[in-house]
Amino acid sequence: MRREFFLRLDRLARNLTPFGLTLALIILGMLPVRIPDYASVAPILAAISLYHWAVYRPHLLPFAAVFLLGVAQDMLSGAPVGLFALVFLTFYGAVVLQRRFLAGKSFLVYWLGFAIVWFLATLELWVLASAFHVTLLDMKAFLFQYLVTAGLFPFVAWIFLRWQQAFLQQA
Amino acid sequence: MEERPSTFLRIAAPLRGFVQRFTYLGLILAAFGLMLVGKADTVLVDRARTHVTDAVAPILNAMSKPVTTFTRAVDNVRDLADIRAENARLREENARLRDWQMAARKLDAENQAFQKLLNVVPESAVSHHTARVIADSGSGFSHSIVLNAGKSQGIRDGQAVLGDGGFVGRIAGAGSRASRVLLITDISSRIPVVIEETRVRAVMAGNNSGRPRLLHTLPSQRITPGQRVVTSGHGGAFPAGLPVGIVAAVTDGGIEVQPYMSRERLEFVRAADFGLGGILESNDRADPASGGK
Repeated sequence: MRREFFLRLDRLARNLTPFGLTLALIILGMLPVRIPDYASVAPILAAISLYHWAVYRPHLLPFAAVFLLGVAQDMLSGAPVGLFALVFLTFYGAVVLQRRFLAGKSFLVYWLGFAIVWFLATLELWVLASAFHVTLLDMKAFLFQYLVTAGLFPFVAWIFLRWQQAFLQQA
Repeated sequence: MEERPSTFLRIAAPLRGFVQRFTYLGLILAAFGLMLVGKADTVLVDRARTHVTDAVAPILNAMSKPVTTFTRAVDNVRDLADIRAENARLREENARLRDWQMAARKLDAENQAFQKLLNVVPESAVSHHTARVIADSGSGFSHSIVLNAGKSQGIRDGQAVLGDGGFVGRIAGAGSRASRVLLITDISSRIPVVIEETRVRAVMAGNNSGRPRLLHTLPSQRITPGQRVVTSGHGGAFPAGLPVGIVAAVTDGGIEVQPYMSRERLEFVRAADFGLGGILESNDRADPASGGK
């Protein structure tokens, strides 16, 4: 009885990791890093996490959780509320649709997949943010942000793959 | 995950897919709805944002400390490399500043004498609250930072925030232990300013890039690069004369201002209470619970 309880607790904790890790990345992305011009190109690390779980464990991160993560990103970053909720949802949905193609492929294909879908998401972000402010926002910042995010992808994705192999083997 | 095929599941499986798709669409619509609400009712959204920021503040506070220590260490190493050149520069600057000090003392005494003669109404006393920057939401969507002090430390909505370079922004959401600062470069920031030499008035509008623009200037008013821009004090939200930046470029596209504050150097800032409730009381962004205090 006791054993079963701990097993369930253990499974619950493991199943919550995708949400927890993504939330941690969102908070991590808010930290003030004092590198010149870093602030305007700070990567959106949560996107990498969403991509990973969309490909490997979509059942552990339901759409409602993605929505909540998006709202958290909006609230903390000062972006228009709903902006990231919408972009995260469409991004996640698109990746889940393509997950059979992406899973188990070489790392380069896996990376390329992220680069393509996140580029479309960045465009969406720019269009929505511009529409919200009723003005054309400077696209350069968005492009640089995209490049930094895509460039950091291998490091974050590698950590996630290792994490998954270590803790979520049987989930 | 063990699954037992049963009649229930055979019926339920397609239904589940349907429900899932429905949830997805519903959530997309909800996100759209949130954006509309955010556009229509900024007070509500700001309050929600303040609560969320407040809740996460202890985590940000703890996590930003090692980041600060690390960047400080990097800075130290970099400073050591050119300590000689820096020393020479500082000595020269010191000599120059001493001249300025003498001039300032003389002018201050003169100014006080004149003010006494003219019975000038004294400006209300300023109280400062220094706070640490614990979050910087970098991106093209918004320019704001979070401070580790809130209402319990005396921070109120609308207070002017000053960094080492000059005017940084204003408090846009004061929570109980953390508060959000809207930087002057944010797209929703509008600051009444004046060109220091010529006293030409303008409104400085942020555009989410590093260089805000001056609006509402007349073509006849000559504005040239290099002129200093300071707050004008119009509207009563901020006191006059806070240094904002210098005119960086005058083109057909507009007049760009290079702010004195640099975002990546903001570590400690001062929220200054000048005793001005001013524009915020009637402003729709003001929090009715705390406005005007």
